[in-house]
This record gives sequence, structure tokens and C-alpha cells, in this order.
Amino acid sequence: MSLNLSTPAFEIIRNGGKCILCQVCVKQCANNVHSYDAEDETISSDDSKCVNCHRCVSLCPTRALIIKKYPLEFRENANWTGAAIKEIYKQAQTGGILLSSMGNPKSFPIYWDKMLINASQVTNPSIDPLREPMETKVMIGRKPDKLEFDAKGELVTKMPPQVELSVPIMFSAMSYGSISRNAHESLARAATELGICYNTGEGGLNKDFYKYGNNTIVQVASGRFGVHKEYLNIGAAIEIKIGQGAKPGIGGHLPGRKVGADVSATRMIPVGSDAISPAPHHDIYSIEDLRQLIFSLKEVTDYKKPVLVKIAAVHNTAAIASGIVRAGADAIVVDGFRGGTGAAPTRVRDNVGIPIELALAAIDQRLREEGIRNQVSLIIAGSIRNSADIVKAVALGADAVYIGSAAVIAMGCHMCHSCSTGKCNWGIATQEPELVKRLNPDIMHRRLVNLISAWSHEIKEMLGGMGINAIDSLRGNRLMLRGVDLNEKELEILGIKYAGE
Amino acid sequence: MKKIYAFESKCLGCGLCEVYCRTSHSKSKDVIKAHKQEDITSAIVIEEILQPGTVSYFAVQCRHCKSPKCIKACISGAMYKDEKGLVRNDKEKCVSCLSCVLVCPFGAIKESNDGKAISKCDLCIDYGTSLCVENCPNDAIKLLDEDDAEALK
Repeated sequence: MSLNLSTPAFEIIRNGGKCILCQVCVKQCANNVHSYDAEDETISSDDSKCVNCHRCVSLCPTRALIIKKYPLEFRENANWTGAAIKEIYKQAQTGGILLSSMGNPKSFPIYWDKMLINASQVTNPSIDPLREPMETKVMIGRKPDKLEFDAKGELVTKMPPQVELSVPIMFSAMSYGSISRNAHESLARAATELGICYNTGEGGLNKDFYKYGNNTIVQVASGRFGVHKEYLNIGAAIEIKIGQGAKPGIGGHLPGRKVGADVSATRMIPVGSDAISPAPHHDIYSIEDLRQLIFSLKEVTDYKKPVLVKIAAVHNTAAIASGIVRAGADAIVVDGFRGGTGAAPTRVRDNVGIPIELALAAIDQRLREEGIRNQVSLIIAGSIRNSADIVKAVALGADAVYIGSAAVIAMGCHMCHSCSTGKCNWGIATQEPELVKRLNPDIMHRRLVNLISAWSHEIKEMLGGMGINAIDSLRGNRLMLRGVDLNEKELEILGIKYAGE
Repeated sequence: MKKIYAFESKCLGCGLCEVYCRTSHSKSKDVIKAHKQEDITSAIVIEEILQPGTVSYFAVQCRHCKSPKCIKACISGAMYKDEKGLVRNDKEKCVSCLSCVLVCPFGAIKESNDGKAISKCDLCIDYGTSLCVENCPNDAIKLLDEDDAEALK
């Protein structure tokens, strides 16, 4: 079929007055957008191949390049938008399902932006974190119903295993395979330096990274790639992945071309074979089955590692969470519908799941009502964009948050939504050696450390403003939040009052 | 003495070092003018190394050898070692015989585009800071003492 109705998404504008024909753009574009014509001594750019990742723009020494939205318009129509029409052209051309990367980009409400944080004025003093101690440390794990001490004041109660985090932030599960070795190394080194954790994702753990084990959460997902006794024991905690916010109910698929020798060894699958994670765990069809897996993992690790269970935020999340607590999990991870991914069916990414803010509030409320909130830590994920989102999440009841998109953005991701092509120009979501090289772990782990340090300072400032000197004292303290632009039902679910109340 | 070291494992072959080398050695010291109005030969050159299944890059520039062959070969006394140990070329004395180009074991000396002298790394001594080091987007080029560089290799 020679007829192709697709049109470029972006237009590349080159300022001839500034362009020095150095060809950095030509050499750096993995999509071959730019090409140099030696005969005419000109550089031309093919708009249709551009994904707007800004690699050329960022590296151009004279700032000669600008990338804009392609100006071609369809007749204005509020229902049949250009995006809707183009998707139909694409599917009529290929006959395939649409694939997208990163999180849900649609204009659903962002509840973080409809909640405002309190501060102390007159009647209670605020605290200056630069002058007074401020605690941001959290412990992830099951907490006993009560603590008992002997006559000498020594703790008698046997504490379940805990993971200590210096700040309530962790790097989300991103497997080695979906992201590059250098990206993985950057996350591991940053987590170790910061005293927090990163997550292996469903790709196993390369032996070279065992040295970061104390700051690693090892994941067990439906494909069970790279899972063995040593792997389970090397991490600080184990996470059973049931679902992912970007694609609830859907499994995963790492194409064979991304499974090179190193990824193959780590995942324990043949080189070049597709790594397919089934949608369900084939041994989990009930809460009782989940309990069996949780205790199998506890057994193999001698009950020394907390077991986390990760689910996507869906309609009955609160009831599901209650079941997970009763199944014996030490922490629940809930991933909202804006959570990122390397690849997901577009329709699933954009239409399945619920906002994390509502899921978090509902779960925390339900677990409290049932008197089992202390039995688990509650970790949320799914598009935490800044430190204020974290403060609001903690006030709604979260123990800690996972950041994935924010972490890759810190490493240079420009949210071009092209992870699935494997041609990430920033060396993050790729396995091609010359692209992986572009991500220097020495530079990128430093940027991750900087980001978390900056957020940590901001969290302390906001805590101090509220007159609180420990993040634990904010947890579930919903009186520190007020809503704006929310209806009665939303306020009820979030458990917060309207601004002015 | 600190020298410029390029690390193949980090080099992307983007060629920004060449751009900034030309800028540093231009009259204007301006990236656009240096390229549009002057014809300067970069003293650092990115070489492509084809490997099975991939390509890697390596930046070639003067090593400032302990006993430089280029100085021995120079017929006009233009090549000299300065008090810091930096191998330099005196453009006034250089007669462009290209003997140094012939004998350099690293291929680090190039004939100048203007044909009047040769082009080689001088660590941007006149500019003040080594521009290729400052502008490498992946920290693949570093200004290091010999011992530190050996440790990193």
C-alpha cells in the first residue's frame, strides 16, 4: 500500500545564520532525522522521523535548532481532533494495536494540584529546618500492634523486618532490559549514596550490581525473570508485582532485539528471545494464593526481608489492599494511572485505572477503619512530579513514594514517548551500545542525588512551615490539607476539608 | 603537568570537542564567527573505530610526550617544549615542512587548513581553559595528571 496518510508530528526549524554545519545533530540523531549533503554543503532534516527528544537541540553548540508542533491543521472539530484522526490513519495502515510509552497524558484531573498544604501562623510556631533538626527517615515494613519492654526498658517485642529510607522516596521498578545498563547503574549508585532504594523491575539483577544489594528492592513478577535464591536474598526487600499503573491487567513484552548477552544472562532466557510477562501470575488466582507466594518468599529469605506487593490503582483498590494485608504483605505499593512504562497499549494506558490520590486516600481510610493500617507500609507511585506531591501524599497516608518518570527525566529523558522504539537518544530506554554510552553513570547518578537532595530540603521546609519536625508526624494528617476546585464526593474520598473550612 | 585525556568508553563521537577546539583557536573566540568567517583546523580529531556490531569513537590529540619525536624531527626549531612540559609550535618559525606530522606516532599533528603551519593541541593555553574538556557532554575528555589518568583507564 503506497498511500500513506500520516503526517509529521513535529517541524524542525534550522536557523541558517547560526548553523555552522558541524554535524553534531547528524551524528547524534538515532532516528536519522538530519543528514549532511557534502556536495551542496547543507544539512537537511526529515520532519517525519522526528520524535522531539531534543537531543540535537540540547547538543547544538549554536542553538540553531528549534522543534515545533507541525503546523498542519485539520478542520477544527472538538470531537474529531487531529490526534483522533491520525490514530485511525495509523491503525488503518498497520492493522495493529497502538503502542505508547510513559504515563497517561490525557487531561484527567490532577488532584495533587487541587490540594493545598497548611502552614503555622501565630498560634503555633513554624520550625526553621536550617536551625533545628528535622527527621525525614522512614521505616518500611510491618509494625507490631504494640511494643513490650522488660524491666530494664529493653524491647521485648520481636520487630518484623524493616527497610530504612533516609527520605520517603524510592526509584520505581524499571528493569534492566527496558532501561540500559548505565541507567540502571546510575539509579543503583544514587540510591546507595542517598540511603534509599531502587527497584530492579522484572529483569533480574546483574551480578555486577550485587554490591548495591542493601539499597535494592528485588522484584518478582509474572514472568519470574532472573528470580533465584541468591537474587531474593541479595536485596533489602522483595516486591511481588501484580500490576502496573500504566497498564493494569496487562503483562509485559521485552522484544528479543533488546535481549543481548548481558540482559539474557541476567534474565536467564536465551539471547534474542522475547521476554513475555503474562498478564496474571499463573500461580495467583486468589488472596490465598498470594499468601502462599508471600510466605514462599519469606521462607527462602529466612523471614529477614519485608515483602512488598505492588498493584495498579483500580476500582476496588481499597478492598484489594485489605486482602493483601491479610495475605501477609509487609508493604503495599499502589501505582496510579499516570505511572510510566516503556510500552503499553495506548487505549489501556489512557483509559484503564484510577487517579493515585483517590486510591491512596481510599486505601488508607479502609485500612484504618479495619484496624490493620499498622500492619503494612503504604507506598504510592504514578507520577510524583515534585516534593509538594510527596508532602501531600504523606498527609493522605503514604509512608513513601516511588518515582520513575521523575528519575528518568533527571537523567535526561525529554518525555518524547518513544521508549518502545529502543532508539532512546538519551541512552536510557535502549540497549544499543553506542546509545547506552550517552548516559554516563558518573554524571547521571550525581544528577539523581541532586534531585533527591533538593526535594529533601523542600520537604523539610514544608514540614517546618507546618510546625512539624518529623515526616512520621505528618503521615495521614489530612487536616494539613485543604481542597480547591473539588466536589463534595471528591472531598469525601480524599478525606479533606474545602479551603476556608 | 596536566594533559588532556580522552576516554573511548565515554566518547559519543558527537564532535563538539572539534567545534570548541576551532573556537578556542579562532581570532573571534565566537563559535559562529569561528566557523563562518575563519578556516581553522581542529587539534583534536574524533576517529571512528569500527567494531563488530557497533562503532566506537576515540578522540586523538597531542600526548605531550616525554621525548617528543616531533621536536627531534623539526627542521626549523619551531617545535619546542615549554617550561611546563607542554609541546608547542612556534608559528613564526614553522616552515610547514610537515616532518612533525610524519613522525608523530599518534597522528596527533595535522597540517593547518591555511597551509602556513601545523595544528596541534596546546591545552588552549592562550584561551585560559581547555574548551574541549569544558564542553564535552559526556565527560569523555578530561584534564588530568598522568597518575590520575592511569587510574581511570
